[in-house]
Amino acid sequence: MIWSYDAILLILIVITAIVSLSIKDLISATITLGVFSFLLCLLWAEMGAVDVAFTEAAVGAGVSTVFLVATIYNTTRKSSD
Amino acid sequence: MKVFQTIIAVVLGALLIYAEADFPAWASSKSPANAGELSQYYIKNIYDETLVPNMVTAVLADYRGYDTLFETVVVFTAGLAIFAILGTGVMREKKTAVPAPKRIYSEPPFDLIVRISTRMLVPVIQLFALYVLAHGHHSPGGGFQGGVILAASFIMLELSSDLRAEAAKLTHRMSIWLGIIGIVIYAGWGTLSLFFGGHFLDYDMLQALFPLDPLMARSHSMLIVEVGVAFTVSSIMLLIFRQLVSGGYSIPDKQA
Repeated sequence: MIWSYDAILLILIVITAIVSLSIKDLISATITLGVFSFLLCLLWAEMGAVDVAFTEAAVGAGVSTVFLVATIYNTTRKSSD
Repeated sequence: MKVFQTIIAVVLGALLIYAEADFPAWASSKSPANAGELSQYYIKNIYDETLVPNMVTAVLADYRGYDTLFETVVVFTAGLAIFAILGTGVMREKKTAVPAPKRIYSEPPFDLIVRISTRMLVPVIQLFALYVLAHGHHSPGGGFQGGVILAASFIMLELSSDLRAEAAKLTHRMSIWLGIIGIVIYAGWGTLSLFFGGHFLDYDMLQALFPLDPLMARSHSMLIVEVGVAFTVSSIMLLIFRQLVSGGYSIPDKQA
């Protein structure tokens, strides 16, 4: 574990999590969520849980982002929340 | 009510940070995950019992075979549930003609560069998916990841070119059948060991089928089981994607 690398990753994770929750444009929120997933994947890979990291990269960041974009495509793009 | 939600989030976050102090240190040999009796057994015996270097795959596909079998069933059920909620049905497609979303079925904005580069990327991605699937014993990977990557390659193809033409090559009915085939491969391989006098998913008994040493029987059985998982996961992911992107409109069985 390299603490400086960890610190950068964790700060970015918190920032992307807050941004993806607060942003109004749903497509941007989805992409930020994908970035969040990739950062989590990096963190897990760095901690040695390579299988989990791989699954997160394939499922969390890849396919579920596509699913969310496909769903938003059929609804409205703006969040009313 | 935003204030109320913020208070809840802050309090729960503070509780988590407070509880985090009790967690074992990273990679501590005394943490429950490492020091437990079961984990110690896995760490010491997996290679001797199964000849699989990647412990995660061995635990998933062999020691906890039931878990993975029913995870696959969960994926399949999720796909069926989405199909049941959104889909208008393949059989009665002409009678319940829900108007298709115009943007999906009108001519997509074909971009030559995107199309050609996707076409060049897709074989590489599919080959990588097969590698991840087949090499899951030795490196990170396995049925779930390989299946998802395989599905992602098809999704890329459908996004970059005409969804309707691509979807005609693998209909909804076929993807559901492929999902069933995956579960049947997994459960059938488990049942096969019943006929050789073992328990369900007891791969040790299948050594009679392989002209190899008994330990390799377990290793190869894991590969077969992972292939079943990959079948189900990839076809169901593709099904879910199509249901979501077309708003549940059935893509016709035959190319119109």
